[in-house]
Amino acid sequence: MRENEILLKEQLNDVVVKFVIYKPMIAASAKAGQFVILRGAENGERIPVTLVDWDAKKGTITVIIQSIGKSTFMFNSFKQGDLFLNILGPLGTPIDVHNYGTVTVVGGGVGIAEVYPIAKALKAAGNKVIAILGARTKSLVILEEEMKGVCDIVLPCTDDGTYGQKGMVTDVLKGIVTAGEKINAGFVIGPIPMMKFTSLLMVELGIEPYASLNPIMLDGTGMCGCCRVTVDGKVRFACVDGPMFPARTIDFNELIRRTGEYKGEEKRAVEEYEKNHKCKIGLH
Amino acid sequence: MPNPSRPRNNGKQQDPAVRRKNFDEVALTFTHEEALAEADRCLHCPTHPCQNACPVGVHIPDFIAYIKAGDVGAAASEIMKTSLLPAICGRVCPQEKHCEGHCVLKAKFGSVNIGGLERYAADTARAQGALKPPVPAASTGKKVVCIGSGPSSLACAAELRRAGHDVTVYEALHAYGGVLRYGIPSFRLPREVINKEIETVQAMGVKFKTDVLVGATIKVDELLKEYDAVYIGSGAGLPTMLGIPGENGVGVYSANEFLTRINLMQAYKFPQTDTPIQAGKHVVVLGGGNSAMDAARCAMRLGPESVTIAYRRSREEMPARAAEVEHAQEEGIQFEYLVTPKEILQDEKGRVTGIRFTRNELGAPDERGRRRPVEIPGSDFVQPADTVITAIGQRPNPTITKTTSGLKTTERGVIALNEKGETSLPGVYAGGDIIRGGATVLLAMNDGIAAAGRINEYLKGK
Repeated sequence: MRENEILLKEQLNDVVVKFVIYKPMIAASAKAGQFVILRGAENGERIPVTLVDWDAKKGTITVIIQSIGKSTFMFNSFKQGDLFLNILGPLGTPIDVHNYGTVTVVGGGVGIAEVYPIAKALKAAGNKVIAILGARTKSLVILEEEMKGVCDIVLPCTDDGTYGQKGMVTDVLKGIVTAGEKINAGFVIGPIPMMKFTSLLMVELGIEPYASLNPIMLDGTGMCGCCRVTVDGKVRFACVDGPMFPARTIDFNELIRRTGEYKGEEKRAVEEYEKNHKCKIGLH
Repeated sequence: MPNPSRPRNNGKQQDPAVRRKNFDEVALTFTHEEALAEADRCLHCPTHPCQNACPVGVHIPDFIAYIKAGDVGAAASEIMKTSLLPAICGRVCPQEKHCEGHCVLKAKFGSVNIGGLERYAADTARAQGALKPPVPAASTGKKVVCIGSGPSSLACAAELRRAGHDVTVYEALHAYGGVLRYGIPSFRLPREVINKEIETVQAMGVKFKTDVLVGATIKVDELLKEYDAVYIGSGAGLPTMLGIPGENGVGVYSANEFLTRINLMQAYKFPQTDTPIQAGKHVVVLGGGNSAMDAARCAMRLGPESVTIAYRRSREEMPARAAEVEHAQEEGIQFEYLVTPKEILQDEKGRVTGIRFTRNELGAPDERGRRRPVEIPGSDFVQPADTVITAIGQRPNPTITKTTSGLKTTERGVIALNEKGETSLPGVYAGGDIIRGGATVLLAMNDGIAAAGRINEYLKGK
C-alpha cells in the first residue's frame, strides 16, 4: 500500500463518491469535525474535504466527495489504486465531544456524510443522538445504514417525498420537538441556507446550534485568511478556529456572499474540463 | 589593477512597459563580461567591511576574487562555505542594508554590486555544472527534523547535514520553499531557482516530505521520540487583519492570500491552472513592506487599470527594500502616502467599491525611531477600489506553539528563546519568523545557520 492510495472507491449515487485512502499519519490523529485538503494533479486546486471516518489500525481515512466543480469531478473520476497527489491534515479544531444529553445531528445532501463522524463521537460520549438526513430526492439520501449504526433515531426526509418524510429538515426537527423530544444541542452541516434556517429554528426551539462552515480555503493552515467568517462580530478563520462554530452568531449572509466570489471562474473551469474530457466511449 | 572609479553596474532589467505584463524575472543575471568588469571594481579591502556587515558572513572579497580569476565554481563554493542558498540570497537579500551599505566605494563611486555578483556566481556555476554541494561530514548517527522548508529551516537543514547528521524537513504545503514559494513572486525569484537550490540541499542527503503540518499531522512531543533534536522554522504564517468595517467584503484579500494564489497556485495562468484570482479594475494595497510591493506588482501583472499602494507614513519610513519600491514605481504603481484606512466600502452584494481613508501627518518618532503617523481631523476621503489587499504584517502561526507541551512563547506569540538561543524545551530550537514575528529571508537564514551550530553542540553532548 502506498501513501495516498485509494484502497476502495464506492459510488454512492450519480454525483457522490466514497473513497477509503491509505494515509496512516492522518488516520492516527484525526478527530470528529476535522478535515483534510486534497490535491489531485499538478496545477490543481487545494480542496478542503471533511474526514468522514478513519481507522488508525489500518492506516486509512474515508472521505465522501460530491462532484460540484472541476476539481471534484476530477477526484471522482479517480479509480481504486490511483493516488491523490497531496493530502494534508487533519486540519481544523475538533468538535467539543462530551455528554450534552440529547443531541440532533442534521445533514443536508453530502452534509449527511459530514455529520456522520460527529454522530459517532457524540454517541460514544453517551449522548442520545437523533439524526435528520435531508435530501432533494431519494437517491441523494446517503449513509442511512451507517447512521443507524451510531444513532438512536434516524429520520430521513426528501423535498419531493420520494423517501422518508416529505419536507425539509426544519419540518422534521419541528415535528420531533413538538412531539415532546427535549434536545440540548444540534450540529448541522449542509448548504448554507439550510444551515442558516436550521440554526435559527434551533434557537427558537431552545436547542444550542452548531454549524460547520465551508468558506473558500487555500492553504488550510491559517496562513492566508481566505476562509474568514464573522462569528459573534469577530473575524475568525474557519480553517483553524472552525470549521464548526456556535451558530447563533454566525453571519451566514456574509458567508454566502464570500463563497460566491469565484462562481464565474468555477463555471468556466467546469466547461473547459468537460470540453477536454469528452467520454471516449460515448457513455455521456 | 582594480578599477573602482568605473560606475556601478546595476545590471540589466526587463523594460518596465514589458515586464508589467509578465511574471518573468525583472533583473537579469550579469553576463560574463559584466561580471568581470563589476568584480574588477572590488578593492579586496583587507578589513572587508562588506563581509563584516553580512549576517551570515559570506566571504565576499574572496568569492569576488574567484570571479575575477574566471573560476565561478570556486566563487560559488566560497559563498557556500557560509551560505548554502547563494542564488536566492543574491536575489532577495536587502544588500543595501548589509554588505553593499558598508562597501568603501559607496559614497564616491557606488558600492560594488555584490548581490549581482553573488547571483552571477551561483547561476553561472550551476549552469556550468560547477556548483558542487558540500560533502557532508561522516555520519554522526544523530537524527534531526526541521519543521518548515522556508529559508530558515532550509539553511538549518543544510548546515546540519553538512555536519553529518541525518536530517528530515517537514513541509505543510504541497511544494517546498515556504515564503520563498508562496510569498515571493517569480519575477523576483524564479521558481526554477528555488527548485534548484532545494535540489542542491537534497543532493547533500537531506530528506524532504510535503503535507505534514506539525502540530496537526504529528506533534513536536512525538517528533522528540524519534529525533535527537527539532528545529522549528515554521514561519509567520498568520496574517494581521485591519480590524476595520468591511474587511470581509468580497474582493478583500490578505497579502498572504493574494500572493499564495499567484505564487504557489499560479492563479495568473487560470484556467490552465485550477486556482482562480480576481484583480478587478482598481487595486489598492494597504501597507509599505516587501509584501505590499510584491502584492502590488503581482496585481499590476493581472492587467487592472490602476494599482495604488496606500501607506500610513511617508516614503522615508517605508520598510520595503529600496529596489522593490523603485521597481514598483517604474511599473506604474501609484503611491498614496500618509493615509490610514478607516472603512472598506461595499455595494449591496458585499463587493468592495472603495476605501475611506483619513490623511495623516508625521508626529514624534516611535520606539523604533520611525516617525509616527498622526491623523488630521476632517481629512477623510474615499478612494474607489474593487480589490483591496491588506499587507500590514504577520504574526506567528500558533499551530505548533498551541500543541507543544512546555514550549514557552512571548506575549507576541513568538517562541521565547533564552540568552543562549534555546527554547524552553531541551533539544528544541527555533528561528526565523516564529521567533521574530515577521522579518527578512536573510535574518531567517541566519537564525537557521546559528541554530544548526547550537544543535551541533547539543548533539555532541548527547
